[in-house]
Amino acid sequence: MKKQLLEFAHGRSGDKGDAANIGIIAYDDKGFEIIKKQLTVSRVKRHFEGICFGEVERYELPNLRALNFLLHNTLGGGGTVSLKHDAQGKTLAAALLRMEIEI
Amino acid sequence: MKDKIKIASGQGFWGDLIDAPYDQVKKGNVDYLVMDYLAEVTMSILQKQKNKNPKLGYAKDIPELMKRILPICKEKGTKIITNGGGVNPITCAEAVLDVARNLGIDKLKIAVVLGDDIKDRIDEIINSGSELNNMDTNESIKSVKEKILSANVYFGALPIVEGLKAGADIVITGRTTDTGLTLAPMIYEFGWDKNNYDLMSAGTVAGHILECGAQSSGGNFLGDWQSIPNMAEVGFPIAEAYPNGEFIITKHANTGGRVSFETVAEQLLYEIGDPEVYITPDCVADFTSIKLEDLGNDRVKVFSIKGKKATEFYKVSCSYASGYSASASLTYSWPQALTKAKAADKILRKRLENLNLTFDEIRTEFIGYNSCHGPLSKENNEKDINEIMLRVAVRSQDYYSIERFGKEIAPLILTGPPSVTGFAGGRPKPSEVVAYWPALIPKKLVQPEVKLIEL
Repeated sequence: MKKQLLEFAHGRSGDKGDAANIGIIAYDDKGFEIIKKQLTVSRVKRHFEGICFGEVERYELPNLRALNFLLHNTLGGGGTVSLKHDAQGKTLAAALLRMEIEI
Repeated sequence: MKDKIKIASGQGFWGDLIDAPYDQVKKGNVDYLVMDYLAEVTMSILQKQKNKNPKLGYAKDIPELMKRILPICKEKGTKIITNGGGVNPITCAEAVLDVARNLGIDKLKIAVVLGDDIKDRIDEIINSGSELNNMDTNESIKSVKEKILSANVYFGALPIVEGLKAGADIVITGRTTDTGLTLAPMIYEFGWDKNNYDLMSAGTVAGHILECGAQSSGGNFLGDWQSIPNMAEVGFPIAEAYPNGEFIITKHANTGGRVSFETVAEQLLYEIGDPEVYITPDCVADFTSIKLEDLGNDRVKVFSIKGKKATEFYKVSCSYASGYSASASLTYSWPQALTKAKAADKILRKRLENLNLTFDEIRTEFIGYNSCHGPLSKENNEKDINEIMLRVAVRSQDYYSIERFGKEIAPLILTGPPSVTGFAGGRPKPSEVVAYWPALIPKKLVQPEVKLIEL
């Protein structure tokens, strides 16, 4: 059955220079197992094709039931150099939660 | 030694809710009010202001704010710590003393933290063997040296602690880490050893939770955001800190917003990189060690925090001028709103090309369709789209190209696709692009200085 990640997790995103950071937090332990399994580096990189042009780093924070992603070369240069409407990547956590996963 | 202190967050950035710091000191009792005013872009703006007028260069909201909160803070014994001194903390402190004088306050001690501004010392620093290489590209700063607008070292909590030890009621700093503003009162009040890195990390984590204001008390919450009560009167976060390094994040009673596991967790993940290596001048905090316990009633306990020794370096943030940019927008209505906006973009690009202008980048986004999620956006059936805003932004080293771009927008109304509106406010003006140069500098090359001024 296909489900949207939004059902299992919430999160927040922001900028670190030209990289975007996306923190994804599962609502419960079961949700954490799902996001740990589904949100692999390659899956996230594929999801953000055309947005993220660099490496994707992935970190686990089990105490918070959370994953943190760093998407390099994503914000059009970052800071005031960026011409993007969302130059700080504020909406990218929501963009990751659009992902459809097979349960 | 106190067995508990309350530290209230009053601003998440310069431009945050003006009444928030007032509410924090008025609606309950807190020991400290901490206010972060400095984003990276802010430093270059402040430096430009100071270049024009040596009496400027700090967060101008501060004197006005002090007028309202100083009488309350004096009465309640609330101390204020802020990095709103920008590139001119001394003048900021003098302005605050003036306010105090006018209010009839007869005793006030302000500690000013100086020494972070290294703009005029770049050559000397390069000669000492530190090339201030870009942390991302490893390039030497020499390539942009002539274009530098501002250069500031991020100090940590310790200079603020020195000010508090000297008896300051208010500490005003230049570039200080956001987290240092919150860690400092804990070190001072609890007599923490600066070599106890678990405690330094605990205070740092508290600082990270407070540094973006209401982002930890229900603001910008991506979870069940519609259930957050009374956001119109949102309470900013407060850290209730204990000598053992544990603290509780809460907010004043009878304010809106929410403090929960979820709201605090979202803020903990905000703008972090490797969670095991959160580097500050005071310690390297391990965010994977953090435990949260939701106690209910807008109280979340944060505990079990571990950390390691600080590095031998301070971070330096330099800003430098890097060309010009401008953006413009037009709105197209149903029918075929997106098709019209795309056609207008094509016409505009052809005209820019015919003019032989030079751009580093031309970026087109369709607001209402793809400006947030890019290729992930779903293209709806066009008959269901009511309107689309075409947004075009350009960047160039050539001022003339950007200026000329600004003159090509309004003509699209009479010489492009129909049912178009939303061009107001005149031609978009070129604005200077400020780029950043993050670098590291050995701590031994910079000495923070604490100066006291008082009534």
